Parts: sequence; structure tokens; C-alpha cells
Amino acid sequence: MWRYTMITRRCFMSTSSRAVGWWDHVGVAPKDPINGVTEAFLVDCSPNKINLGVGAYRDDEGKPVVLQCVREAEAKIAGSEFLESISSAVSSKFVEESVKLVYGKDSDVVNEGRFSGIQALSGTGACRLFAEFQRRFYPKSRIYFPHPTWSNHHNIWRDAQIPESTFHYYHPNSKGLNFAALMSDNAPDGSFFLLHPCAHNPTGVDPTEEQWREISCQFKAKNHFPFFDMAYQGLASGDLDSDAQAIIFLEDGHLIGCAQSFAKNMGLYGHRVGCLSVLCNDAKQAVAIKSQLQHIARAMYGGPPIHGALLVSTILSDLDKKALWVKEVKTMASRIQKMRGSLRACLEELGSFVNWEHITNQVGLFCFSGLTADQVDRLATEFHIYMTRDGRMSMAGVTTGNVSYLANSIHEVTVFGQEAKSPRRRIGI
Amino acid sequence: MASTMLSLPCTSSSASLSMHQLNKGKVKLGSSDSSICINNDRNSPFTKIKSFGRISMTVATNVSRFEGVTMAPPDPILGVSEAFKADTHEMKLNLGVGAYRTEELQPYVLKVVKKAENLMLERGENKEYLPIEGLAAFNKVTAELLFGTDNPVIQKQRVATVQGLSGTGSLRLAAALIERYFPGAKVLISSPTWGNHKNIFNDARVPWSEYRYYDPKTVGLDFEGMIADIKAAPEGSFVLLHGCAHNPTGIDPTPEQWKQIADVIQEKNHIPFFDVAYQGFASGSLDEDAASVRLFAARGIELLVAQSYSKNLGLYSERIGAMNIVCSSADAAARVKSQLKRIARPMYSNPPIHGARIVANVVGDPGLFSEWKAEMEMMAGRIKNVRQKLFDSLSAKDKSGKDWSFILKQIGMFSFTGLNKAQSDNMTNKWHVYMTKDGRISLAGLSLAKCEYLADAIFDSYHNVS
Repeated sequence: MWRYTMITRRCFMSTSSRAVGWWDHVGVAPKDPINGVTEAFLVDCSPNKINLGVGAYRDDEGKPVVLQCVREAEAKIAGSEFLESISSAVSSKFVEESVKLVYGKDSDVVNEGRFSGIQALSGTGACRLFAEFQRRFYPKSRIYFPHPTWSNHHNIWRDAQIPESTFHYYHPNSKGLNFAALMSDNAPDGSFFLLHPCAHNPTGVDPTEEQWREISCQFKAKNHFPFFDMAYQGLASGDLDSDAQAIIFLEDGHLIGCAQSFAKNMGLYGHRVGCLSVLCNDAKQAVAIKSQLQHIARAMYGGPPIHGALLVSTILSDLDKKALWVKEVKTMASRIQKMRGSLRACLEELGSFVNWEHITNQVGLFCFSGLTADQVDRLATEFHIYMTRDGRMSMAGVTTGNVSYLANSIHEVTVFGQEAKSPRRRIGI
Repeated sequence: MASTMLSLPCTSSSASLSMHQLNKGKVKLGSSDSSICINNDRNSPFTKIKSFGRISMTVATNVSRFEGVTMAPPDPILGVSEAFKADTHEMKLNLGVGAYRTEELQPYVLKVVKKAENLMLERGENKEYLPIEGLAAFNKVTAELLFGTDNPVIQKQRVATVQGLSGTGSLRLAAALIERYFPGAKVLISSPTWGNHKNIFNDARVPWSEYRYYDPKTVGLDFEGMIADIKAAPEGSFVLLHGCAHNPTGIDPTPEQWKQIADVIQEKNHIPFFDVAYQGFASGSLDEDAASVRLFAARGIELLVAQSYSKNLGLYSERIGAMNIVCSSADAAARVKSQLKRIARPMYSNPPIHGARIVANVVGDPGLFSEWKAEMEMMAGRIKNVRQKLFDSLSAKDKSGKDWSFILKQIGMFSFTGLNKAQSDNMTNKWHVYMTKDGRISLAGLSLAKCEYLADAIFDSYHNVS
């Protein structure tokens, strides 16, 4: 960051005293690694191009999807009057429905009001509110991220001025969870941890239920604070409840925090709908914490946008629409699982000597392919296939139409160096 | 220590206390002198030692680590509406928040907004993420609305426009940019100003100080004080100006005064930072209300403008606005825009689509735009009528010689009545008229039918309470 001084400023002012050149010292910001992928994809003219960058669901034609339950909700709320005067009621209703999803509708915590819940600007906004809240009340604390984690987590806590550390998570050799290393990481007692409850981004590697229990037990012993970033509930296994199993931390008595996003599982990406909840001792404390969260939000953006929240609560509070949603989530998850299977099968059929098991072992939207940055670059420049340079592929961008081409391309960039025990084959395009 | 922890059997539910038991805090946890798991702070309220026979482990009691969190101060403006809702008196009047109400005191969804939403529904557009800087069509029409389509700053691409979460969100983006690129630089804010301005700059860690603005003696502008304070500030300060319809006073500089303000700002190499939340609501004309901003831009001054569509398009809950930064070159504008994006990404990633599409449809379509202008005139017109009626009622009642004409001179939704805190409290406690303690009333919440009653309340509070 450029250290700016008033004296320097005066030195290069023109004598006419026109106020110009104030921004001379402002450089071009680096491109966001995820958005940058889509930008590169958009300018590519190849008919074969594939975007495996951002984690947004696509159908089997590669098209964005608006869920049927959402279309029905849109039609239902069309023409809603008096939005401004009911916005806080809408927001509260939304929060009520939202927390039931992650904690269970029969949960004591929810029914007894022992939580602070606030509508937030999708998952990002919920994380940021929590990070600001953490800094306000634990100014000397750090945040512990799994290594790796979603790239924007680093930005969020950094801009909230909370220093970060990481804990072991991904095992590059097995392309699975490095559980032993995770459990032996020695953060000081009472540390704040960010956890992905399902469909870890970017690796797709999740702990098993048994492993979650052990993690919870360890956290209890060390008095760590678990903060869950729940961005893919329903898209990991296809079942909303199963995907919340990590929240069994509650059974051990943890008072967790949770960021929820409806961007992916309800396809409401651009509406920025999310929820931040922090579990409390009692309803009274919940009121106090909520007031602080609202205070932070008010100085950041005032209040949250209403439209998406109205859609979510319309769907979740209507039995039919909710049932439809549950089905549609399963459909999305199934298509992705199918594509995982297809891609792995294609690669194995090509005679690749790389072990591609992880494609079907990993869970959720992303596959941490294990491709190197060079291989990723080759895929972009030679094959017009775009993904982030850590090798993360959004499986949502894979279709029955492009999976063969994708497999062939991956094979091309990984085959060098393998013993050629059988002739390379191209599978039919 | 860690490996010892691994070998503990943790699976049986009897070993862990239920949330319920722990919450009650009444569970007696056996004490132990085991030091297997030594907590750094033995006196921490978070830990008690539980005995498992041979193995002891530290079990955190269920005291939330946010135990010490106290209630945040209530928002003074929103708190008024809440108090109003709780009041059951039949004559109650909500003159708190600056949200437009019809003569029937109902919220108003603009016809053009309904039309735009219908169009959007018919088209069945997707809900994909917007780019971090927002909807391109929205950014384009928004900058044009503010500066005028033919303005050289637009033609030369010198404006960095980024969609923001209404005015508040846009202000916060700029505040973060100031903190990052002008560390130590101060923002000068008017005394008084909208309460949330201070919160925004405080949370963004941008220092601020006040310049004189409101003169209680004249219930008008303390122009000399304003100029003096702007002159006295360190060179290169940011000067926060309300483009039109000053909140909370309703007192705007005259065109001649704006010129002098621009002179002094140029002289001191300050950076003008406009908050334009009421374009169209001041005079009824969108162009006229942008005159102050355009004056500064015409002088080649680099400036910032936060814009909001909350009031003028009634899109309060959609959170739609923009931050515009006029730079000396297109290259600078591109760089500045990239840095605004870098600030937005860890705040909310990208802005919400719905409001942006509504604006793009209304402002970008000549037919809807004309209709909007007419609705804007209607809304501003209603407020002018209400001002007139209130003034007439007060003048008729008050023969003391007190000059109430400031009600007519003030502009926009708000009027600074000049009532002090005790008098404002009387308005609420005796007359069930809800307003903010600084004496501000929102005329948008007043109907012609209630002007008489309000006049009675103001007359009583002003003359009978000190």
C-alpha cells in the first residue's frame, strides 16, 4: 500500500490548483482468481470452450438454471406491495426458516430462541459480519482456516483485520482428508476455526461422520469456537439433512456460528441471500448479539435486500414449494454426481495411469483435480478449458456433451511422463 | 498433550453433557487435579474440569464466549418507527424515517417499478451473479442520470461507477477506499448530518470532523461558518456534501453559495464527496437536483458521489445505489474501479440483481423514464403542498411574530423544526408525534389532513415547553 503524504501531494499539483491527479497512486488491483477465470472464458471464441471456474450450477446443456420452485415463488410474490414497511418482518421470517434448515426444525436451540440470526448478503456477507463481530469482541483473536479454503475467506478476514493461520486439511497424495494432521494441529485453546460442514471448497473432501465427532470432541476439549460456512447444503449428498450432519457439534454443547448461503442450493446467486446465526446461552443474550450484528450491518450497507429473502421464505414456509425444492436440489446433486462418474470413467477408458478415484470420492460442486498450474494453463491455452490455477474444477460446468472432450484434454496434459503401456486412444466425441 | 487427547474415548453420549444440562450451568462437574489437558487459563469461566475416572478432560461449560456482549445502541432513526408501532393512540403520527408516504399515509410502490417488475417477470431472466462492479446497464444509466448523458466526464470515460448497496453501501465502499489510499485524510461532515454517516466512517476507520452548517438562530444555513471551517481544514480533506435536500435540515446552499463552496474547495485542494440520496425529490426535477454535482464536475474537479434509488424510485428494501468517482483520466477511473471491486469482494462478493434490473429498465427506457419523471414530480409536489399547508396552519395559529417560513424554504423530505430535545419529547409524549430528537420531521410522513394537528403540536411544543 502506498504511503500517502500531504507534502508529496502538494509537490506535483499544477499551479492552476485544479484538483486533479488524486488517484495517480492507485494501482490496478489484481484480478480475483475465480472471477478472472470467467472473464478469460468469456473472451475465448472457441466453440469447444468449457468454463469450470465459478461454482454456479449449470444444466446438462451448460445453461444457468432458475429452479421451478423459485419461478413459482416469483409469480406468487409479484406485485407485493408495501415491501419497505414489512421488510423487517420478511427478514425475520426468512431467518426463522433459514436456521431450521441447518439446526433442524425440532432443535431446542431454534425453538427456545437461543440464537441470534440476521439476514446477510449471501455467504460472503454472513462471513464478513461474523469476522467484524469477532474483531469487535475478540480483537486479539486469529482465524484458523483449513488449508486450502475458498480464496475469498482470506480476503474477508483480512479486510476485517483478523490475522489468519491455517490447519492441515487436504492431503495432496491421497487427494483426501489429512485427518491425523488435522487432529494434531496445535492451535492455542479458545481459537476461532472456520469449518466447511459439507462439500468443502475447493477440495470436495469432507470428514466422515465419525471424524466430525472426533473433531467436535477435540474442539470441546480445547474450547475452540467452530464457525461453519454452509454454502452447499443439499448439494453434497443430495439430502439437506445429511449435509448438515457436521452440525452435530451441537450435541457436544458447542455454541457455534454459521454462515448460510442460498446462492447455490436455491439458485439465487445474484440475489445475495444468506443468513448468519450465532448460538447463545439464552434468548436475552441472543437479542444483544443480534443488536451488535445489526449495528455492524447498518454501517456497511444499511439493511439487506428484500427480494431474495422473500423468495426463500415463500418457498420454505410452503409445504408444496419446499417439497419441490428438495426434489430439485436432489436433481442438481445427482447430475453432478453423474458427471463425476462419467469423467472418471472416460479418463480410465483412455488408459490414463493417473489415479482418478478422487473425482468420484470428492463431494459437491468441486473436484480438486490435482492438476498443476502448468497443466491448468495448458488446458486453457490449448484446449479452451478454464479453471482456477489450483486445479479446482467446477463439476457443474461438465455436461454429457463436453465430458469426452474434457477427459481427452485432461489426458493430453497429464499423459506426458507416464509409461505408455498401451496406445493412447481417443474416445468418441 | 494433543496425542493424549486423541486416545480419549469420546463416542458415548453419556460422556458429554446435553446442551440443556450444560446450559443450566447447574451441573456439578467433579473437580480433578489432573493436568492432562491444561487450559491456559484455569480461572477462565469457560472451563471446568470433569472427571472420567482415570482420564480427565477439560470440558468447556456452556458459557458462550460472547457472554460479555452488550446491547448495541439503538438506531435513533429506526427506533422512532418502532416506538410509533407500539403506540396505540389514534392520532399518532410517524414523522421519523424518511420514507415516502401517500396522502393516505401508505407506502407507495411507483407505477414504473411495477411495470418494470412485470417486464422482468415476463422475460423470466436468470439469477446469475452480477460482476463485482454490478450490472453494466445499471451503472451506465446511473452515471448518466447523475452527470447528464452528454457530460464530458461520461464521454471521456472518466467516471468509475460501481453498483453499491444503496447510499449506505456506496458510502462505505468509498470510505474503505479513502482509508486505504488516503490514510490519515479526514472527512469533513456537516453539523448536523445524517446520523449513519458517522457510523460508516467510524467503522471504516476514517477520521472525521464537522463543519458548521445549521444555524439555529435563523433556522437556516450558517454559510460563513461553513466556508470558514472548510478553509481551516488540512489541505486534501474530503468534504462530504449533500447534493440536494440536506438531511436532516432540508437546508440547501443557493446556486451562488455552491459556487463559493466550489471555490474554497479548489483553493484548499479538498476532494468533494457528494451524498445524493434525493435526486428528484428536492425540486421535482432530476436534472435540477444534480446541479451542484454538475457544477463541480464542470470545473474539472475530481469528486466522489454516492447515489441512492431508495427514495426517488421507492426501492428502499432492494438496496440499490452506486458509488461514482470522477477521475482526471479514463486510466485513473479504471484503476480506481478495480480497487473499489477489491473492497466489495470481501464484503459481499457482488451486489444484488433485482433493484439493479428495475433501475436499468426504468431509467434506460425512454417511455418508462418519462413516466418516472412525472411520478417524481407528483411525489415532490405532494411534499411541497404539505409544507405549504403546514406553514399556513402554523401562521394562522401563531400570532407571536415567530417566522415559520423556513418550512417553505427548506427542501426535500425533511424539515428541521428548530425544536430542541425537550420540545421534541413533548411532541411525542403529549401529541404522539414521532420524530427524531434533533427536531427533524419527515414531511413525507405527513398528510394534508394531519397538518392542522401537527401545527397544534408544534405550536404547543415551541411556546409552552423549554
